[in-house]
Amino acid sequence: MTNDEARQLVRSVLRQVAPEADIDEVGTGETLQEALDLDSIDFLNFVVGLQEETGFEIPERDYPQLSTVEGCTAYLTSIDFRP
Amino acid sequence: MPSLGADMESGTVSQWLIKPGDEVHRGDVVATVETEKSTIEVEIFESGVVDELLVDEGDTVPVGTVIAHITDGTPETTAIARGRGAEPAAAQTSPAKTHPAPIHSPVVRQLAAQLGVDLLTLSGTGIGGTVTRADVERAAHRASEQVPSEEAPDRSGGAGPSRLSPVARPQVADRVRSSPFARQRAAELGIDLSTVAGSGPGGSVTEHDVRRVTPAPSAETPGATLDVEGRQAAMRRAIGELMARSKREIPHYYLSTTIDLTPALSWLERENLERPVTSRLVPAAMLLKATARAVARVPEVNGFMIGGSFVPSEAVHVGVAVSLRTGGVVAPAIHDADRLSLDELMAKLKDLVGRTRSGVLRSSEVSDPTITVTNLGDLGVEAVFGVIYPPQVALVGFGRVIERPWARDGMLGVRRCVTATLSADHRVSDGHRGGRFLTEIDRLVQEPEKL
Repeated sequence: MTNDEARQLVRSVLRQVAPEADIDEVGTGETLQEALDLDSIDFLNFVVGLQEETGFEIPERDYPQLSTVEGCTAYLTSIDFRP
Repeated sequence: MPSLGADMESGTVSQWLIKPGDEVHRGDVVATVETEKSTIEVEIFESGVVDELLVDEGDTVPVGTVIAHITDGTPETTAIARGRGAEPAAAQTSPAKTHPAPIHSPVVRQLAAQLGVDLLTLSGTGIGGTVTRADVERAAHRASEQVPSEEAPDRSGGAGPSRLSPVARPQVADRVRSSPFARQRAAELGIDLSTVAGSGPGGSVTEHDVRRVTPAPSAETPGATLDVEGRQAAMRRAIGELMARSKREIPHYYLSTTIDLTPALSWLERENLERPVTSRLVPAAMLLKATARAVARVPEVNGFMIGGSFVPSEAVHVGVAVSLRTGGVVAPAIHDADRLSLDELMAKLKDLVGRTRSGVLRSSEVSDPTITVTNLGDLGVEAVFGVIYPPQVALVGFGRVIERPWARDGMLGVRRCVTATLSADHRVSDGHRGGRFLTEIDRLVQEPEKL
């Protein structure tokens, strides 16, 4: 997965989780929970969405890496290289 | 038109999902109704056959208006009027339909009952000529300056066939045998129980009886579907009015305690390690469960303040405050939260938050929380001291989970902690009992595997 693909994927999942928020306004380094008012249920839905799109099971301990679009992008692009 | 929350005065029927001749069963969704806050799927509380739809799609009517009639196969006609029915069909005879009386919101009826004001003698200044709180308060003020008249007409509206006494006398409810639910409903509707013929054991008045004598409302006000901005403004106004009423009427007291959540969170993480992401638990589910179970020890935080007296609730329906990204907050209920397993509660929570955000809730969810929990922790504050939602009597708040220096057994350590707060109604409980409630939540959450 390229950076662009990952970024697009993240934004598209966020759009599903928070359709009433303006996803394009969120900067890549902004904390998603704060920028989009995500509560713990929203965030869980976000992780579920990422997993459905990538097929990769994301463990809870990796959640902190998913706090920004940038972090998500880095995380998702790294998945492809795992055995 | 059911009351879908204490702050609701009217609703717009946006869609009928039934038509005359349809068979309906208790719990079926029969219509969608728009309020200031959201779109709500209205469930029917009795089974039968749809006879007639009385309100057109797009029409806005005040709470209490009969919006449809269903029959149960007998000549009696049943009215779908108000929500939270836990009892079987309320029969409403057709004469009631032909003697319309002005309809007023439950808040107004309750206030009028409290102040002994006869709604029939008032000319309303509200929408469609309905009587507002201000009208009632003005009338009560006027009355207090005059000698009270014994010849006041019946406050119940006079349309019911079972009305026995021509004169309404406040404060006689104590001498009438009646169920708590009946008293609650009577207070809501401003009906004098002594004027109601009882059909229960020993002639006691049931909720069914109260609903039978409820005057049939008629007033309709024209309305249109609210646009997004209009809805936001209306919602802000509705929240403002309800919270102002809460602060005006409820003598709040506030308590707070810090809970060591480390063992609970460690347990949760171990659980989640073995679970697929779709069935993982969040800490909020644990805190909700602990709160719901703690009610068993301190029941005076769970229930409603109706007509100046506390009506405890046996069921624990926990309202969960869900903030909307477009502004505003809705607190729909998770029913019987004390009896659900953590997994069931988690599933309900996910479902409820999703539907609240997308704006489709069930009528039973918005009308009957018995206590509310707000969990602003996700937004980063340490503690939240909430305002109680009338007619509830308590609100529990949980802040953000924070690592703190924590002294225990003479040693300092770093623990993950949450601040739990309680806002409660001093008319019902005091700080000692409230403190007991928070302590009980703490105790329960220390053994998460038993939740």
